[in-house]
Amino acid sequence: MDAVDRAIVNQLQGGFPICERPYAEAATKLGLTEDELLQRLDSLLENGTLTRFGPMYHAERLGGALTLAAMKIPAADFERVSGIVNGFPEVAHNYAREHAFNMWFVLATEAPERIEQVIGEIEKAAGYRVYNMPKLEEFYVGLRFTV
Amino acid sequence: MNAHAILAHAGFEAATVLDAADRRIVLATQAGLPRVSRPYHAIAEQLGVSADEVMARLRRMLETGVIRRIGAVPNHYALGYRANGMSVWDVPEERIRDLGCKIGALDFVSHSYHRPRYLPEWPYNLFAMVHGRDRAEVEAKVTQIAVLLGDADRGHAVLYSTRILKKTGLRLGS
Repeated sequence: MDAVDRAIVNQLQGGFPICERPYAEAATKLGLTEDELLQRLDSLLENGTLTRFGPMYHAERLGGALTLAAMKIPAADFERVSGIVNGFPEVAHNYAREHAFNMWFVLATEAPERIEQVIGEIEKAAGYRVYNMPKLEEFYVGLRFTV
Repeated sequence: MNAHAILAHAGFEAATVLDAADRRIVLATQAGLPRVSRPYHAIAEQLGVSADEVMARLRRMLETGVIRRIGAVPNHYALGYRANGMSVWDVPEERIRDLGCKIGALDFVSHSYHRPRYLPEWPYNLFAMVHGRDRAEVEAKVTQIAVLLGDADRGHAVLYSTRILKKTGLRLGS
């Protein structure tokens, strides 16, 4: 990654214009041509530096419901429960974390009432309590990684 | 607070109503914009609508917060941010909004949320995701948060992720 790639990553994490030729406009600000910016973005996406280039949608505002849930699973039973949890299509991400609360997953459903149902189904199948931790308020969501 | 009350309380984050044309635009762009000179025209052509309509709807979704922002979504692992610590804090409920905003303004915090406690097992009500190149860097940043919170920090923990068990992402279904 050279200085140009770094400038693209640092300066284009938001604010991409909505106009007829947005890449040309963004390129000018970076001192590049439209073609150079397009090629750079293609490479950054291909080599995995960027996961995506485009609109970042606010999941809850698209409709449906979203929550974060946690479980406390004994080490010996972790893999079995992980398999059960991951088997639910409503589970979007699931992370193992170092803590007594060692399994953390995001549930996303079209119907809001389905969240409670899925939690009940997971508790029944896994045999452990699911702690529902929906966000009550959001103070900041943004990623300003600099390289 | 029982689960039902929590959901009701969270109801302020009510879904914005998108119409069918908005949904088609979301579906066409959620994996990314085409990398061509006129990307919004390309989407318009694909959907059989005018480019002006696509751009007007995107602008409205940006204004109403349906779109958080448009641009590059970096893979933080690829950028060298390999340590991700979920820092969780027990702070007085009546000060949480002020404290949450202060923490959210730190440039190394990517998310800051108020979430429910489950006493006595889970006393933490403020969550802040902290990214760093390694754990030492995350620890240093967590210390900065603790200093900022001062006596409002009645206890905290940092939960490091050790493994991704599943990651399919959030997608609007067609």
